[in-house]
Amino acid sequence: MSSNTPPILRLDRVSKRYRLGRAFEQVETFREFLQRRFTARDRRDSGVTGRAAAQQSFWALRDVSFDVAQGEVIGIVGRNGAGKSTLLKIVSRITDPTEGSVTLRGRMASLLEVGTGFHPELTGRENIYLNGAILGMKKAEIARKFDEIVAFAEVEKFLGTPVKHYSTGMYVRLAFSVAAHLEPEILIVDEVLAVGDVAFQKKCLGKMSEVSHGGRTVLFVSHNMAAVEHLCQRAVVLEHGRLVFEGSAKDAVQCYLNNRSDARGNDQHIVDLQQAQHRKVIVAPLLKRLELFTDQGRPLTEGIPIGARLTLRVHFELPSATTSFNMGIGFNNAFGQRVFTAHSYFEPHRPPGEYVGAQVFTCDIPSLTFVQGDYSLRIWLEIGNSLADEIDDATFITVLESDYYGTGKVPWNGTVVMRHRWALGSPAPDLAKASPRLVTLE
Amino acid sequence: MSSFELTIRPHKGWQPINFREIALYRELLAFLVWRDVKIRYRQTVLGGLWAVLQPLIAMYIFTFVFHRLAGVQSDGPPYPLFAFAGLAPWIFFSTSVQQSSNSLVANQQLVSKIYFPRLFIPLGAIGALLLDLLLSLCLFALLLLFYRWPISVEILWLPVFIAAALLAASGVGMTLSALNVKFRDIKYAVPFAIQMGIFVTPVIYPMRYIPDRWQWLMGLNPMVGVVLGFRHALLGSALAWPVVMVSLCSSLMLFILGLLIFARMERMFADVI
Repeated sequence: MSSNTPPILRLDRVSKRYRLGRAFEQVETFREFLQRRFTARDRRDSGVTGRAAAQQSFWALRDVSFDVAQGEVIGIVGRNGAGKSTLLKIVSRITDPTEGSVTLRGRMASLLEVGTGFHPELTGRENIYLNGAILGMKKAEIARKFDEIVAFAEVEKFLGTPVKHYSTGMYVRLAFSVAAHLEPEILIVDEVLAVGDVAFQKKCLGKMSEVSHGGRTVLFVSHNMAAVEHLCQRAVVLEHGRLVFEGSAKDAVQCYLNNRSDARGNDQHIVDLQQAQHRKVIVAPLLKRLELFTDQGRPLTEGIPIGARLTLRVHFELPSATTSFNMGIGFNNAFGQRVFTAHSYFEPHRPPGEYVGAQVFTCDIPSLTFVQGDYSLRIWLEIGNSLADEIDDATFITVLESDYYGTGKVPWNGTVVMRHRWALGSPAPDLAKASPRLVTLE
Repeated sequence: MSSFELTIRPHKGWQPINFREIALYRELLAFLVWRDVKIRYRQTVLGGLWAVLQPLIAMYIFTFVFHRLAGVQSDGPPYPLFAFAGLAPWIFFSTSVQQSSNSLVANQQLVSKIYFPRLFIPLGAIGALLLDLLLSLCLFALLLLFYRWPISVEILWLPVFIAAALLAASGVGMTLSALNVKFRDIKYAVPFAIQMGIFVTPVIYPMRYIPDRWQWLMGLNPMVGVVLGFRHALLGSALAWPVVMVSLCSSLMLFILGLLIFARMERMFADVI
């Protein structure tokens, strides 16, 4: 890229501040608004405004600047709450920055969610037109691409059916297909690939790289690090609203993964869940503490080798007497994929009776067979079949290389390891004919 | 690279209205109207008949209660026709205000996930209701035949007063939809205000029931001019121009005010909704 061409997209010290407290809970009645106005004045009179106001707001983005050249596919990575979505919302004009500016030199279309504006009562055909128009296509343009959109989505037979009768897969395919046929100069994409079946995800990735090779500028946010590495040349890493890295996609992904494991302190086999950042409280913050142990009940202070024992003790509280409660622990790998879910429901043998107050659930995994890497834990508590408390990224564990197979050879690939056997023999002459399920490898 | 260039920066206070962008997206407004028309009567047995049934049933009930029981007289034409000519624009206005004031909140997903002129959301809801108004006017033509009441040349005024009804509904609709994003009180206030509104608009009674010295005050109500205008155009009733002019100006002012309030509040929709 030559230096005298102005960038197609330029972010200049973009910042966004959100207010916490009542205003952040989003809905305010007129009376509350007046009350807030009056209390604000009282506070100003008593001279504590500055600090109180600072505590009630936070910067979702702070001084983020970078340029994107024409035809470049740039990835934006960061943890939940790092400011990625806010950044995309500003660039796609949904919300204003609090400070700074964004300059766009081309027609922009944004895709923050597939199927925005789809109406369940309308048919597939009607939704293609409506959704296309909402995404900024002209009617003539949609008509021209209509057949292509339908073919890509593989929904020919259901064009006259209201989309409320579609399966999730069909719905997502149709929605993505409309979006994939947009022809803006700048395309902004958020997490759309997290949906649909695997085959369709691959097709989407194919379509996306087609788009990027077509000289289109793409801003791409994803938790799927493989997709970022595959599609983007360059990437930026956001952390707590600030830009912490800008460079090649490969280095950015590495930087992101490193930051993730740094976030977990060293001697952290006890995690105070009351301090958890990513908590979704439904009933009350009932999850209190998490303790991690490995073989022979030793506290887990650093990484855990492949195949070692992992014992989790979760301290929690039941607010009222109940017989029906369960706990789930989900393990996500660094690519945001759920690798395994442990759930107390699968182990229903528990002394009968009602429980109330402080309790401890122990989940013992005799052999943790994930491949090496970082895993984030989500913990949730269900009371009477409904979610009561949930914590995302409650802690991270690092699985270390080990001689799992006992052969001196370390597993290096895939997602999990499992005990397996190989046997070698000579081919039986008639076997290939007799059994059509046997595939010959050439 | 296209010559298109756009800078996104913080906006504070009153904003100019971006007519260029509205023109650029005009097809989308048509699509949103079309969507609302399509889904309004989906999965109903009577479908579009609802558009004409409401004013028709209201006409008979009003005739019975206010004309027969309370003795309210029309200003010339049979009372049912008199009532219908007022009810048609009133129902359009009241339904428009109710639907548009709730439209942004009902379309939260659009507001927080994609950019286009948000003005189209309340306006689209109103545009779709215009079809209902036209359908009820077709029914009115049949009622004219039934009651043998002549069509006068004043019918030519009808488009003007339909436009006035649109202005009034849009002005109120834009303002309330924007306020409703921040203050959900609007949701509770609107149905009540609409119920009361019919009594300060000459829908049930003719204008001569109002003392002369208070007529100008009535004129501040934008729907007074619309209802009187509809009666003039549809039934040939005499028109009190001064009151109507005051009322039309009031519609226009409301519309401009609505546009300005909407443009001012638009920038915080996605953060607050």
